[in-house]
Amino acid sequence: MGQKTPLHDRHTSAGAKIVDFSGWDMPLHYGSQIEEHQQVRNAAGVFDVSHMTVIDVAGADAEDWLRFLLSNDVARLDAPGKALYSLLLNHDGGVVDDLIVYRTEAGYRMVSNCATRRKVLIWLAQNSSGFAVQVEERPHLAMMAVHGPDSISLACEALPADTIESARGLGNFDSLERGDLLIARTGYTGELGLEVILPTEQAGALWDKLLAAGVKPAGLGARDTLRLEAGMNLYGQDMDEKTSPLSANLGWTVSRRDEDRDFIGREAVLQHKQRQQDGELPILAGLVLEARGVLRNGQQVLTDKGEGVITSGSFSPTLKQSIALARIPKGSRNCQVELRGAKAPLKIVKPGFVRYGKKIFE
Amino acid sequence: MSNIPDDFHFTSTHEWIRVDDNGVATVGISEHAQESLGDIVFVELPEPGTEIAARAEVAVVESVKAASDIYSPVSGEITEVNEALIDNPQLVNTAPYDDGWIYRMSVNDEKDLDELLNAEAYADHCSDE
Repeated sequence: MGQKTPLHDRHTSAGAKIVDFSGWDMPLHYGSQIEEHQQVRNAAGVFDVSHMTVIDVAGADAEDWLRFLLSNDVARLDAPGKALYSLLLNHDGGVVDDLIVYRTEAGYRMVSNCATRRKVLIWLAQNSSGFAVQVEERPHLAMMAVHGPDSISLACEALPADTIESARGLGNFDSLERGDLLIARTGYTGELGLEVILPTEQAGALWDKLLAAGVKPAGLGARDTLRLEAGMNLYGQDMDEKTSPLSANLGWTVSRRDEDRDFIGREAVLQHKQRQQDGELPILAGLVLEARGVLRNGQQVLTDKGEGVITSGSFSPTLKQSIALARIPKGSRNCQVELRGAKAPLKIVKPGFVRYGKKIFE
Repeated sequence: MSNIPDDFHFTSTHEWIRVDDNGVATVGISEHAQESLGDIVFVELPEPGTEIAARAEVAVVESVKAASDIYSPVSGEITEVNEALIDNPQLVNTAPYDDGWIYRMSVNDEKDLDELLNAEAYADHCSDE
């Protein structure tokens, strides 16, 4: 048996199919992954994401350290209550992990992946010498994500009274804190929503209140199809330590806002840029299958410029057709895949298929 | 596994077959199979009139999670396919032993059914997996 979140008993009594996710027993779905997906697109769903890694950073050099460690520039977070998405790069410009960093009253909070937890903690420790920082993992915090067009109004029926007005007014990537409770307008679904980090002993009560307000539980299965429709990468699948951010549609997370900022991976990514201009480095594109069938992770595709590979493929419950993220040669104009012995054409689009419930590609 | 109908025969690859009084057999996948596959999004159906061998690939069920080949439990000829699955593949999830049937066939030799698992043996097979 794996590690359990504080909401585990609620999942099992709701009939969840529990699967192992990097050592954690997590709900895959509570009956139908597709219904949960539609629930988030059309109304509001809540995910237990307490398996995510929460790391607090404080100390005199916290900002300088994170500016050195992260691809994105935390100097952009000019006040507590702001957040941004960033990568941790290695010296070759490969992706160690992706995360959201929140500026807090006490410093910064990073939320990174579950599967990479050990590796990330080691990476942080290895790269902190010379900086006056305190790095503290927060395993006793739970986390849930409430997403969907109705999520904020319903969540406001469940959140503590003194947070409701501020929570309702949060802009995208804004957050608010009340002690160990952090509420943020961040997420992984392409819908409006809040992520709530709170002490484990308070998680069950909030979950129950959210359900009483009409939010429905959604599992990791729906979370995966939602993020794929939104064109968001999954670490370990769409990128890893051998992937340049430029081949993962994440060039925008490598901030050059301050030309003088020295950060890990900077030189390597500059070289990647040249290589990509020369056509040597592939891009991450979106693919749409217009025939029946489902694109799957690892499938080879063929474009007019050469071979490529599907990094995330699934069925889009919103579009009712198969979509994928794929690493293909830059400048590819057409693409095909072999499905059960027959060649099927694929439409190449920007990564990103659905936002706020609507199809967003031509 | 108490809900496995006892006039059904099963394969170790999770298909079921039931022969009605006029000798026509209906084939589908088991409750256990639909549950492991998760939400089914496409079913690729065979052509009526096709002769098929026992254990030959005859249809494909694709779920959000995976594609799964369906193997014919016995040899015979496809007589009818469940066209409702084209627009509503989730019938296989909601009613695997009923409205979610996949195809009907004439059976070459009913003795072949004796090679298959009865409900009890199939339940044992599932719990061993």
